[in-house]
Amino acid sequence: MNPKRTKRLTFVLIIVIGMAIAVGLALYALNQNINLFYSPSQVVTGQAPKHHMFRIGGIVKPGTIHQIPHSLDVSFDVTDKVNQVEVKYKGILPDLFRAGQGIVVDGQLNHHGVFIASQVLAKHDATYMPPEVRAALKEAKHYKHIKSVGKIQ
Amino acid sequence: MIPEFGNFALVVALCFAVTQAIIPLLGTYRGNRTWIQMARPLALGQFFFLLFAYATLTYAFINNDFFVAYVAANSNTHLPLLYRITAVWGAHEGSMLLWTTILGVWTAAVAFFSRSLPEETTAQVLAILGLISFGFILFIITTSNPFATLLPNIPLQGRDLNPLLQDPGLAIHPPMLYMGYVGFSVAFAFAIAALLSGRLDAAWARWSRPWTIAAWCFLTLGITLGSWWSYRVLGWGGWWAWDPVENASFLPWLVGTALMHSLIVCEKRNAFKGWTVLLAIMAFSLSLFGTFLVRSGILTSVHAFALDPTRGVYMLLFLLIVVGCSLTLYAFRAHRIHSGGQFNALSRETFLLSNNVLLFIMMTTILLGTLYPLFIDAMHAGKISVGPPYFNAVFIPLSIPLFILLGIGPLMFWQKMPMKKIWQRIWLGLLITLVIGVVITVKILGHIHIMVIVGLTLAAWIIALTLIGLIQRIRQQGWRQSRNYYGMILAHLGVGVCIIGITVTSVYSIEKDVSMRPGNTAQVGQYQFTFMRTQPLIGPNYTGVTAVFTVKENGHYLTTLNAEKRLFPVQHMATTEAAIDAGLFRDLYISLGDPLRHGGWSLRLYYKPFVRWVWLGGLLMLFGGILALSDRRYKLAKRLATKTSSNQNVS
Repeated sequence: MNPKRTKRLTFVLIIVIGMAIAVGLALYALNQNINLFYSPSQVVTGQAPKHHMFRIGGIVKPGTIHQIPHSLDVSFDVTDKVNQVEVKYKGILPDLFRAGQGIVVDGQLNHHGVFIASQVLAKHDATYMPPEVRAALKEAKHYKHIKSVGKIQ
Repeated sequence: MIPEFGNFALVVALCFAVTQAIIPLLGTYRGNRTWIQMARPLALGQFFFLLFAYATLTYAFINNDFFVAYVAANSNTHLPLLYRITAVWGAHEGSMLLWTTILGVWTAAVAFFSRSLPEETTAQVLAILGLISFGFILFIITTSNPFATLLPNIPLQGRDLNPLLQDPGLAIHPPMLYMGYVGFSVAFAFAIAALLSGRLDAAWARWSRPWTIAAWCFLTLGITLGSWWSYRVLGWGGWWAWDPVENASFLPWLVGTALMHSLIVCEKRNAFKGWTVLLAIMAFSLSLFGTFLVRSGILTSVHAFALDPTRGVYMLLFLLIVVGCSLTLYAFRAHRIHSGGQFNALSRETFLLSNNVLLFIMMTTILLGTLYPLFIDAMHAGKISVGPPYFNAVFIPLSIPLFILLGIGPLMFWQKMPMKKIWQRIWLGLLITLVIGVVITVKILGHIHIMVIVGLTLAAWIIALTLIGLIQRIRQQGWRQSRNYYGMILAHLGVGVCIIGITVTSVYSIEKDVSMRPGNTAQVGQYQFTFMRTQPLIGPNYTGVTAVFTVKENGHYLTTLNAEKRLFPVQHMATTEAAIDAGLFRDLYISLGDPLRHGGWSLRLYYKPFVRWVWLGGLLMLFGGILALSDRRYKLAKRLATKTSSNQNVS
């Protein structure tokens, strides 16, 4: 092989190795840092992970927002209009947070089935509905049946 | 009447765009000079009508012409004049019109500044820009017409501009960002023209360079302004969140940076030409992709206005056509690209190539993280989100080698440089860096933070080597260096400053969520924040509350800060106007939460050291770019003028 070709091959090799390392790094990081999304109905029916961070999306159920006096602790229910999950959060809620607003919450379930939120997301304007929340509301009607069965028992 | 004028102007602009795309290109194939020469007037005509359409919409906003649906949706009689003008790009339709008008600006600029270029090249470049413009005007007319009317029910009052967008930072952020995005269309058009004509030479690189630098400057400014806006307005004091929309602007920036550097090698050494063409195609494709991502409404984001699937489908098709056609053309012409310029493993070429490879890999990993959730969703495999931990985990390790190379690269010779010479030039910088690194490590002993050590050492490395290079050069050759060189120095120093800002503010910021009542004091670091009182606030189109604070540093009075909570009645929306005491070495930041019982408020208090350095670094890079640009353009005009005159003499 002539020197020019050798050099070219070296460069190609460097690029390929670099890309391989980057892709490996990226896939590893992806595996560690993915947040799965669940609707309140999925959480209630036990499909959500127990000891992992995940996201819930839905509507803040009117009349369930409770602020604990002299603290930043707040609790509220997130609903897909069929099932709801109780959420506890400590901190400042976003400006757009209010009853009836579509929101997404990051966090983890505790032993009592309460979702301990680390972040509450309510973005854009008052009429906007996050796509995940819209999908969750649409899916929720499939769970109506499950909920009613639960009640009979 | 007004919207009819606007519509008419858009249709005429569309006709101009079609003609501009076809006639000059046909002219170059058939050798018809008249057709070739039509490119310039057609481009200017198209620009005029786009500008007219844009002015019409602005006029409708200024006069609150609620007859126009888009105005009714985004304006209000109580909206101040400045925000009525900026409301033009406050939502989807208008911002697409802005996009296209800016494309018109760049096209007209090419038509204007290309007098010294060969006529065929100008014709081809303008034709390609016309083709892109055609796609966008058609998109506006068919799917997102800002001039659609509300007949017969004309509302008396408009729905007002999204309160988050009523901020001076946003008045300039989108136009700058779009200038950057769209600016890469020129580099793209030059690359495609070069592929079409098969003349991929140093002249092509020389013409492309100033346009690429100009677009890069605007994009840098746009990203910096966007970061500053989100820090001030979104109320959480963050300057970068790896939001998909932020990534959408960062991806073309990374490739644009790579392109800017590889064009140097093309021009000076006649190497990397194939790769550079590919980068030019990619920079613009990523700009289009960014527009698609932001405008198609597939993201959960502040920016996702549109939820109309036809728009998304149109843009995706347009993106696929542009990328598909240009890559096909590249595949057919790639074998004709002959790269000359031999070089050794230890040479400036190698360093610039490594810079390109690293920037490219960074871009790929960020693209992967941005697209992955969409891909999983499309496969119906569940809904996921990829957050900042992923991006930090891939970006930081990749940036370390990039910054190490960045320090040495400018000190290297072209073609080859013996190890001994390299050592001569870097030993002092290495020594300074090591000393600073050790000092930092010792100083923060007790709570060793690896990120601070690595970040500050890298920043010291970049700044030390850049300054040493500057001093050595001035000693050897005197002060009269090209502006291009000083631009490079300034931009590289900017990277160092930016790293310092990012490192210090990420690690040493103090954030405190508290509930306070008037009279209470909270301690953050060495600062005491005292909540004095609240007072009512009345703005032009909002009401609200101002919370007044006094801040003391170790007991000494420092400043009074007013944090606001604004309520916009039209959209039933509250916004937080953070109170910021800005300083070169630290920001103090108060963000008002919600009213609690018994007159209390929830508050977020921040101490943010060195946060200004992040944007200062961005601005230094921008000024570096501008400096280089002022140099290039001068040289370009002169060199080409002499070249054409000598050519004429020969013939």
